[in-house]
Amino acid sequence: MPNYYQPEIETASREKILEIQNEKIVKQVRHVYENVKYYRDLMDAKGVTPDDIKSVDDIKKLPFLSKEDLRIAYPYGLLGTDLKNCVRIQSTSGTTGRRVVAFYTQEDIDIWEECCARAIVAAGGTNEDVCQVCYGYGLFTGGPGLNGGSHKVGCLTLPMSSGNTERQIQFMMDLGSTILCCTPSYAAYIGESLAEMGYKPEDNKLKAGIFGAEPWTEEMRRSIEKSLGIKAYDIYGLTETSGPGVSFECEEQTGMHINEDHFYAEIIDPDTGEVLPEGEKGELVFTSLDKEAFPLLRYRTRDICVLSRKKCSCGRTHVKMSKPMGRSDDMMIIRGVNVFPSQIEAVLLKEGYPPNYQILVDRVNNTDTLDINVELPPEQFSDKISDIQAREKKLESAMRTMLGIGPKIHLMSPHSVARSEGKAVRVIDKRKLHD
Amino acid sequence: MAVKQLTVFLENRAGKLSEIVKLISDADVNIRAMCIADGSDCGILRLIVSDLEKAQEALKGESIMSAIDVLAVKMSDKAGSLSGILTVLDKAGINIDYMYAFTSPALDAYVVLRVGDNEAAESILKQHGIETLNDGDFT
Ligand SMILES: [Zn+2]
Repeated sequence: MPNYYQPEIETASREKILEIQNEKIVKQVRHVYENVKYYRDLMDAKGVTPDDIKSVDDIKKLPFLSKEDLRIAYPYGLLGTDLKNCVRIQSTSGTTGRRVVAFYTQEDIDIWEECCARAIVAAGGTNEDVCQVCYGYGLFTGGPGLNGGSHKVGCLTLPMSSGNTERQIQFMMDLGSTILCCTPSYAAYIGESLAEMGYKPEDNKLKAGIFGAEPWTEEMRRSIEKSLGIKAYDIYGLTETSGPGVSFECEEQTGMHINEDHFYAEIIDPDTGEVLPEGEKGELVFTSLDKEAFPLLRYRTRDICVLSRKKCSCGRTHVKMSKPMGRSDDMMIIRGVNVFPSQIEAVLLKEGYPPNYQILVDRVNNTDTLDINVELPPEQFSDKISDIQAREKKLESAMRTMLGIGPKIHLMSPHSVARSEGKAVRVIDKRKLHD
Repeated sequence: MAVKQLTVFLENRAGKLSEIVKLISDADVNIRAMCIADGSDCGILRLIVSDLEKAQEALKGESIMSAIDVLAVKMSDKAGSLSGILTVLDKAGINIDYMYAFTSPALDAYVVLRVGDNEAAESILKQHGIETLNDGDFT
């Protein structure tokens, strides 16, 4: 029996959702135009006025915002209200480029936490659950978002934050946690640790996990579900759009329902910026519909995915997005297949290799070639060449399964894969030199 | 008595082998025997050196290394002596993963053998009057 946190809106008819969206977008665009000079200038430059936006169909007329705009406008350039109305700041770790700083009014936080509450209820959460949140607390949105959602649902919330696995497990076993919220890799680690400590999957009281904030595969989901004895739900979000809870999975596990009463989603061609029809793969773009402090219109997430309006067995009517398949700016087309460095990285980590790698794409006799330089971990070294070759073959076959095309693996000594200052040069596409 | 073989990973990159050899010689370490196993894309350098620790120190951070026990068997530098050693091991059911042979003025001739069970191989060879060398013979 499916449960909803806000049934009227989560199962509203398509017409009802559109009505809400159309009403909200007119206000949101006006709010942005009046309060955010940076975006007003972009609209003026494009010759678009708030009067041109009468429904969500008109969103395509609006200019895009990119990560680069956030960098230029840092820190207050995209603020939609006076700082005195803001009550919270959250931020990204800033591993790529400058960090993103997002602002929230109390109303913004309430909506964000409601979105997280919908995700928790979709995972089977009620006020009888013990919800262990081991996302990081602090500037990172993971901890605060799920913590707030857990409160809204009425779960007994365990604000563990990340790390100290031994203590996590002790609390989990002593207090009978039933829902686990963390990154998928940490969930996998907790699963392994439990097994090492001699616990069987049925020894814990967990029934569900809500995992996000990093890419993970279907294979990883099954292994986490097995090791913890739970059902694992995906959750999506980014600091720019408030945090986790922009979309979340239901029990069907076939994509994440986007909270369409707060976010309008488009899929665009990352090269041309053109809006693509439903079902086509492209870059995900979000427009906030009711943000006060940090409203972003047509924000390009760089995540590549597919939207689907297929009827969902859970009864929710909101559009579903697929798990992001990679980053638009990283996508390579090799022998007609889309390949993302993130996929290659995921295979390396799974096979026990460090995520230091270099991808070399070339064209030989009109056929694309894919070579991957990988660092051989010392513990995988052997004095027998057949052992090393077997490792190469195993990694090649794991890559072929994930990517759909077979690369040539080159094992290198540790620290020998070329790195530039700061960010690693991951991809060298020599085809561009020949063209 | 086994001897230590220094095993070094060679990635497929021009100059890697000469870099490694130069680092060893710069450290004043002599290479007594060596052999390269060639994969399609990378290789493994196997060395018997005069000073294992010094060689390891010299190559630190350069590549992946390991030191493993192998057998170094002395033989007389004449036809048939290697065949005799291999026959003994074969009859005892001892598999050889790889081997490389060298001659030197000081040691006559010897063969380095990588087998699964050093002790078993050594005792069989001893029963047949075949002498194995130790690290001290190479310093
Ligand atoms: Zn559903």
